[in-house]
Amino acid sequence: MSRTGDLRARIAAATTDRRVVNAVHLAAWRKVDARAESFAKLPHVEALRDKAAQIRQHVIENLPRYLECFVERATALGAQVHFAPDGAAACRTIAQIAAARGLSLAVKGKSMTSEEIGLNVALEATGVRVVETDLGEFIVQIDHDRPSHIITPIIHKDRRQVARAMAREFGCPYTEDPAELTKIARRHLRDIFRRCDLGITGVNLGVAETGTLCLITNEGNGRMTITRPRVHVALLGIDKIVPRLTDLPIFLKLLARSSTGQPMGAYTTLINGPKRPDDPDGPGELHVVLLDNGRSDILTGPLREVLRCVRCGACLNACPAYRNIGGHAYSSVYPGPIGSLLSPLLYGHAYDDLARVSSLCGACRLACPVQIDIPELLVRLRALACTRQPRAKRVLLRLWQWAMQTPWAYRLGQRLMRFLPDDGGGWTRHGPGLLRAWTDTRDLPCPAVRSFRSIWENELRDEH
Amino acid sequence: MDVALFITCLSDTFYPRAGDAIVRVLRHFGCRVHFPAGQTCCGQPAFNSGFHRAAAVLIRRMATVFEPFTHVVTPSASCAAMVKQHGPPLLADDPGAHAASVRLAEKTWEFCTFLRDRLNVDIAAHLQAREPVTFHYPCHARSIYGLDDLRAWLSRLDVRPPARTDLCCGFGGLFAVEFPELSAAMLGDKLDELAATGARLVICNESACTLQMAGGAHRRGLPLRFKHLAELLAESLGLMEAAA
Repeated sequence: MSRTGDLRARIAAATTDRRVVNAVHLAAWRKVDARAESFAKLPHVEALRDKAAQIRQHVIENLPRYLECFVERATALGAQVHFAPDGAAACRTIAQIAAARGLSLAVKGKSMTSEEIGLNVALEATGVRVVETDLGEFIVQIDHDRPSHIITPIIHKDRRQVARAMAREFGCPYTEDPAELTKIARRHLRDIFRRCDLGITGVNLGVAETGTLCLITNEGNGRMTITRPRVHVALLGIDKIVPRLTDLPIFLKLLARSSTGQPMGAYTTLINGPKRPDDPDGPGELHVVLLDNGRSDILTGPLREVLRCVRCGACLNACPAYRNIGGHAYSSVYPGPIGSLLSPLLYGHAYDDLARVSSLCGACRLACPVQIDIPELLVRLRALACTRQPRAKRVLLRLWQWAMQTPWAYRLGQRLMRFLPDDGGGWTRHGPGLLRAWTDTRDLPCPAVRSFRSIWENELRDEH
Repeated sequence: MDVALFITCLSDTFYPRAGDAIVRVLRHFGCRVHFPAGQTCCGQPAFNSGFHRAAAVLIRRMATVFEPFTHVVTPSASCAAMVKQHGPPLLADDPGAHAASVRLAEKTWEFCTFLRDRLNVDIAAHLQAREPVTFHYPCHARSIYGLDDLRAWLSRLDVRPPARTDLCCGFGGLFAVEFPELSAAMLGDKLDELAATGARLVICNESACTLQMAGGAHRRGLPLRFKHLAELLAESLGLMEAAA
């Protein structure tokens, strides 16, 4: 199914939403600059990226072995590991865990994987109330919105929108002061934390050799989520594994720097099983839900390199297309350059056209801490989808190819282009037909009066 | 040294002056320049759009057209990258054509790097400009020459670099017409950067980027002019009249 028309319209509309574009520009550039600054201060940063890429590539090439190891160790630590072949199965598993124990109030740490499978909606349908505790996600939730960035969910909102949402939700006096807003949210969330019985988080990385879960958060909500409730459910994509505990520091160094420019996330938590008898607190049960949801298909396909991704969001910030449309225009949980790869791979051909929303400038590749060659993979994805392109486009392409194979046709094409209207000074302002796609937003220079080959034939060839 | 010029379809059609300049500069530094008339396009637009069979046909053609020559020089780094990196894998199934495309890949040079690395020309020492210049670094040049190389070539001019030196112009091949509003929005960011430098002459070695940026600048009424480094070099060496 092609969504080309829709996508172009959606993207065109997004470019004109000045409030969103300005908010995204401002925040994304701030992060790009912070990342650059922190990378500049990190010694041997390129060697670290090489190493990180190598580790992740090694893992995805040997995933069954490392997963088996992870499951064995995590189980030995007392975690209950569940395998979910798809999102629906993962939601079902988590709902069953809640139902079997009579859990009714869930607090959540920020997790894109849970967004991917629509966990909140699924749980609410079974009567479990789900409260997002990451401030950004919390605002998304009370505003009935969707995250537009994988790290900064409300990158598309300005301060006024946040203030309005808070005032509406809590009936508190309107304020735009971030400290005040945070205080209001905290007061509300503390009460929820007191009463909750289920904590749900994603996982940044699982360690195969130890069965450890590594969580990196910034607001402290993550730690509340994994200590207050009596049951902790960690949702882990099967790709997010590193072999050894000693691999973690490499990712800890790169991940926060790539995301926000911080040398490290404010809270780095390593979880080794549920509460032990002599632990003063913590959840008595730890469930790890291992989510496949298409990942093992990606693993055997020509784009498996994409599974190196550690979801830092640096490619979104670096992308000039993302900055000019924001995340919602992609109509996928995963927006931006990495999303344009992940979405078609996870959700199917209806998302293929996202691969074309890129000028292939390569800023994403330079920003990626695990060196995924995103432009190269986008081109590969376009190639896989080329037979599903609209027929008119394929016919035009075929015609173009013939002209380029046929020098007289190429020259004829050059001459025909001279019939384009000159709207003054050698510029076409109103191109006919298909050319409007260019001239609606830019002028088109008229072709040179004499092409290079004609200059060569007439003058240059014989000059020496 | 015998050199075949690969002009590229866009320079041939829209910016022949860059080709003219390259011929003059190469001759100035002692090369004999050839222009195989059968040349057309390297297939890059098809390749980037995912039409790899069409791109393979064209890269195979390129290899045949340039087979008789030992050096192929082109004004465009992105077309050089197409020929040098993306071409041969497209012909992996046909050993003969693949070998020819590898030969083409090995002997193809982007103009500035050819001057520097094959002819040992100190580009910076020859360049002059009567006004401040700024520049656009083409994203697709990354595998051919770096931003630092471009800055080194321009280093003796009064250079006013844009604050964000490696920002994309938003062209992106078919992207420019498939998502024209987004392409234009990216172009807007780029033009803001260039205009803020105060320089009016932009050195841009990529016809496609120039087509995009000059088209946007003209629509907005910005007083920016665009030149390939070869043009400025030919003018500096007295091989060409300075363009208006």
